Amino acid sequence: MNAGALRAFIVKEFRHILRDRQTLTILLLMPLVQVVLFGFALRSDVRDVRLAVVDPTPDYASTALRARFAATDRFRVVATLPTTALLEPLFRRGEADAALVFEPDFGARLGRSEPARLLLAVDASDPNTGTTVQNYARAVIAAQETEWATARGGVRIATDTRMRFNPTLESVNLFVPGLIALVLTLVSAMMTAISLSREKERGTMEVLLVSPLRPVHIIIGKVLPYLALAFANVVTALLAAWAVFQVPFRGSVALLLAASLVYSMVSLAIGVFVAARTPSQRGAMLAAMLGTLLPSTLLSGMIFPIASMPAPLQVLSSIVPARWFIVVARGIMLKGVGVPQLWQELAVLSFMTLAFMALAVRSFKPRLG
Amino acid sequence: MSAISARGLTKRFGRFTAVDQITFDVAAGEVFGFLGANGAGKTTAMKMLVGLLEPTEGEGHVGGFDVRGQRDSIRRNIGYMSQRFSLYGDLTVRENIQLYATIYGLSTAQIVERSTGLLGTLGLSSHANELVGRLPLGWKQKLAFSVALVHQPKIVFLDEPTGGVDPITRRQFWEMIYAAATQGTTVFVTTHYMDEAEYCDRISIMVDGRIAALGTPGELKERFGARSVDDVFVRLARPAAIPASA
Repeated sequence: MNAGALRAFIVKEFRHILRDRQTLTILLLMPLVQVVLFGFALRSDVRDVRLAVVDPTPDYASTALRARFAATDRFRVVATLPTTALLEPLFRRGEADAALVFEPDFGARLGRSEPARLLLAVDASDPNTGTTVQNYARAVIAAQETEWATARGGVRIATDTRMRFNPTLESVNLFVPGLIALVLTLVSAMMTAISLSREKERGTMEVLLVSPLRPVHIIIGKVLPYLALAFANVVTALLAAWAVFQVPFRGSVALLLAASLVYSMVSLAIGVFVAARTPSQRGAMLAAMLGTLLPSTLLSGMIFPIASMPAPLQVLSSIVPARWFIVVARGIMLKGVGVPQLWQELAVLSFMTLAFMALAVRSFKPRLG
Repeated sequence: MSAISARGLTKRFGRFTAVDQITFDVAAGEVFGFLGANGAGKTTAMKMLVGLLEPTEGEGHVGGFDVRGQRDSIRRNIGYMSQRFSLYGDLTVRENIQLYATIYGLSTAQIVERSTGLLGTLGLSSHANELVGRLPLGWKQKLAFSVALVHQPKIVFLDEPTGGVDPITRRQFWEMIYAAATQGTTVFVTTHYMDEAEYCDRISIMVDGRIAALGTPGELKERFGARSVDDVFVRLARPAAIPASA
């Protein structure tokens, strides 16, 4: 075996990929489309909350708080009413999502350091949205409270409802790491499985196995081009996330890229393993989908929090590589932490890479019968 | 020394015996036809010889190398054309030639020389940069055969090389086989076209995993009192209740 043969094999793989324009276009655009779609459509945060205000006796305090609500990009004041009686019809007709009700003499009470009461009513017909709206409103009220307390030097206890690491509760920030995992799984595991099983199906694998090429060279030759493609995809997904949604990068981009490479290698190894164990392209595709894509989406904590899964599923999720990668990616991107905090997850991922690679090479015997 | 030898070569899959104690020798430079109905065990036997399957029992040698322990040496010294078309349709004619030539360790100078020669012989010089997938099947098969011989192996294994091609191309294909044999290449070819068997120096006929007859086409016809190899084959295969047309 000479190095030239391996190089020729890798060049051949790149040609396969580059000449299948349709697939290549889909693969290159996929991260972009997914980030944009998930970012816009699959968000659990709420925007444009229609707020009704009931303010019987407008004064400096109630006006300031109303102004603060109006100034956020979350709330839009749709009605200012003198009495609560007019509020009910608005809720019923679905013209308001939340209401802020000041008690009479709100400002005066505050001035006398008496408790000033404020009612926050939220349309909770969708409980998740309701809770989110409530949290937003609390945050706005708390901010106002803090300001008054500071200005007067009075000691007031302001409830701290800040959402750490994701102060504005942007769900897109949480999705992007998961999306990277998803795209990498798709390109690495599925495309490798398809490309390897295609050679089996078309009979070229037989000829390769009879040639002086060793199975390990065939695997390297198959895997390297897809590793490059996966890397391009990570960069696209990150750029899209940054350009379209201003997703933060608090930690080291180099570490994130390195972790993505490790995760790609696990997925590639799984792809090789799947292809070695399935007889046809179609079988390989289905097996790759069931074995990698579904768990990476459902069991990885990308969409459903692992903490709220039943115990058996939590155990199962720990053998899903995506779960560990998502923790790493979220840590680096959102918290800005590095190897000292993430070494355990990185170690699990590296171990999985080695284990699946060994499994892949083992199952990829030069035998076909 | 024979180019290929099998001694009691056997392959079982579970309780099914696909190849049952076959013994034969192929001399260097011989065109050896390996005949049998579908499912008779031809391909399994061939896969054991090229190292794609481990024999259950028996001995096999190819080019003097043991099929069990010296698979790597065998690989460098044989050419192989599988039953299915084995070139890449999305690579050009020249890229396919270069790929296999490089895998077999030819130098750049050798590759240039062989590709030019090969393209000239096949009359494909003006199509060198076309995708193989766009060539007619007959051309593809001839190209696949030439590519299997690009590293000038001592022995070449052809698994039903003429399946699905037209009679004229089949004739041309056999001319190529003869040309290779004339240059000293041993050709081991499976087929179920009985007219092709007449072109072989010697043939063996496999029935149910065993070699039912072995000899020159002339000898076999005489022994079975048949007019053609086709008749011989039908006579041997019929007890196995396999349709003779298979």
